[in-house]
Amino acid sequence: MGKLKLEFFVGLFVIIGLVAVSYMAIKMGDVRLFEQPKYYELIGRFNSASGLKPGAAVEMSGVKVGRVTDIQFDAERFEAIVTMEIPNHIKLTTDSVASVRTTGIIGDKFIKVSIGGEEEFLEPGDQFEQTESSLDIEELISRFVFSAEQSG
Amino acid sequence: MTKLTADTFISVDKLTTHYGERLILDKLDLSVRQGEIMVIMGASGSGKSTLLRTMLGLNRPTSGQVKIMGLDVTNASRKQLYQFRRQIGVAFQGGALFGNLSLVDNIQLPLREHTNLDANTIRIMARMKLDMMNLSGFDNLMPSELSGGMVKRAALARAIVMDPQLLFFDEPSAGLDPVVAAELDEYILELKQAMEMTIVVVTHELESAFRIADRITVLDRGKVAICGTIDEVKASNDERVQNLLNRRASREQVTPDEYLELLTRVQATRPHRGDIDG
Amino acid sequence: MVRAITRLGEKTIEQLEHLGHLTVFLMTVISKLFVFPFRYRAVLQQLYFIGAKSTFVIFLASITIGLALGLNLYVELSRLGVQDRLGTAVSLSIVRELGPVITALMVMGRAGSAICAEVGIMRSDEQLDALECMAIDPFKFLMVPKFWATLISVPLLVAIADVIGVFGGYIAGVVIFDVPYGAYWQGVYTSIDWQHLNMGLIKSLVFALVIVWVATGKGFLLHLDKAGVYGAEGVSRVTTQAVVMGSILILFFNFLVSAFMVA
Repeated sequence: MGKLKLEFFVGLFVIIGLVAVSYMAIKMGDVRLFEQPKYYELIGRFNSASGLKPGAAVEMSGVKVGRVTDIQFDAERFEAIVTMEIPNHIKLTTDSVASVRTTGIIGDKFIKVSIGGEEEFLEPGDQFEQTESSLDIEELISRFVFSAEQSG
Repeated sequence: MTKLTADTFISVDKLTTHYGERLILDKLDLSVRQGEIMVIMGASGSGKSTLLRTMLGLNRPTSGQVKIMGLDVTNASRKQLYQFRRQIGVAFQGGALFGNLSLVDNIQLPLREHTNLDANTIRIMARMKLDMMNLSGFDNLMPSELSGGMVKRAALARAIVMDPQLLFFDEPSAGLDPVVAAELDEYILELKQAMEMTIVVVTHELESAFRIADRITVLDRGKVAICGTIDEVKASNDERVQNLLNRRASREQVTPDEYLELLTRVQATRPHRGDIDG
Repeated sequence: MVRAITRLGEKTIEQLEHLGHLTVFLMTVISKLFVFPFRYRAVLQQLYFIGAKSTFVIFLASITIGLALGLNLYVELSRLGVQDRLGTAVSLSIVRELGPVITALMVMGRAGSAICAEVGIMRSDEQLDALECMAIDPFKFLMVPKFWATLISVPLLVAIADVIGVFGGYIAGVVIFDVPYGAYWQGVYTSIDWQHLNMGLIKSLVFALVIVWVATGKGFLLHLDKAGVYGAEGVSRVTTQAVVMGSILILFFNFLVSAFMVA
């Protein structure tokens, strides 16, 4: 009886602990142990990926569909190479546009993908032909102030 | 007397130990023969516990030697010590039963650790020892549920569960009422006769010592005051021995210089009890 | 003045000596951690005591911390208009700092004190000497199972505390206030990555070692305590020391690991 109780509670404790660990690892830490790859990768080159981080969302029509997996710097062309993964069932046309956007003023950066009108689709590993870099608010404001001065 | 020809089981040779800077045992010599009950007596602070701990290899002496069954305990490696300790039994003053184990589990522990016997055999052997100590039926009690006398008997049962050739017993009658203490002495005598054990008992109780001893060693301030049979001890003219026998305090011997030294000794550092270095 | 300095020096030497003994103790246990035979049964018992029995306290501690954190951060974040980021704020604070620290402090107080008292009593009752005299190595018999059980329990407890804490933040932000639940969970899922989980894991292992080391070591070295009091009084004093020293070491190592991993 006493023996059974001991083993039962230790077993229960270990199960609860492992559930918590795997929940954190798989859901929070995005560790994919058992999942088959349901995603394909696309690459976008941006003049500036300022503020974008791996794990950031890739959104279409305001819905999160994929995520950024890697950000590298291309030292030859002075561009940011952003690798993102898109679910297999979402096909993007070759003229789709990827742009770095911000939620709110100081919110997270994410990548917004707008679909184009071409007949052909991007293959895994392809690059977006058109990209828009992140809007720099300071730059925007200074441009606005500058143009106001000129016109005034 | 056949004992004189029997081989020496324990020989302590010029043993000196310190407690911090304080001298505890002072070039002590002692020998115990096979099959006898040797009672080591002395007032508290006479060094009898230190002597016991050194014989068990728990304390390392400053100098000198303790040879037990051919092994120099004071210089033995840990492995040799463990090998040696499998052949001895020790019953501690407070019993030292493990509080989270039941009585029978306590007794079985050495068998479980050191033998490959199956659980049934181990249980039977433990039950036999419990029965010898008149503890059968209490198998599943926890140590905290036992009376003082039962704890001592349980400690004794655990000490002899491996059928050792040599048994150490620290203060068998301390904290017991005279009837229970006398009962315990009977068990010790029984062990000697039935199992032919060599037994070393450390005590400060006179009655107990006179009941069980083949020989008595009286320690006084780290030295042997006398070592001999009960009659020899009783007949001794040594003042310190007579003081102990008559339960007189021996304070008059302290000279002013000694008293001063005693007062300044307070800062003495504590020694290491038991080594932790593996 | 000279006396004061001498006294300070004495105390310092005393403490260093004590630290040295504790270090030797730790090294001895570590050297025996992988020695055969492995005592499954003893580890299981310690897992029950250190892990399973701590779960409920950890649950209570982490849910309240999550709730409080959710409430406080909501007030500040909504002032900036970014209450949607509550999930990020709560989960990062809990996974990186609060989960491991709160868990470690609770385990130190609950199991650590009990372990210290248990070992201390075994020392003052001569039970440790009795083990030695039965040719049973107290390190292998007592310490190693406790070390393993703590090293297994604490990371699991930390994971439980993290999940429960994040859930507490969810209750505060989404149920009590008006954070959209999708925003909360998205904040949690996107902001936590393996780096943060790694930090949590490293911290929980370091804390586990601190807890079990201080608890067992303090009890084991009871006889070397300078106050020289055995028995119940000595045990209680050493236990208090262990909890204080363990808690401070936990907070100190928390800072140290954070500093190392952020740098």
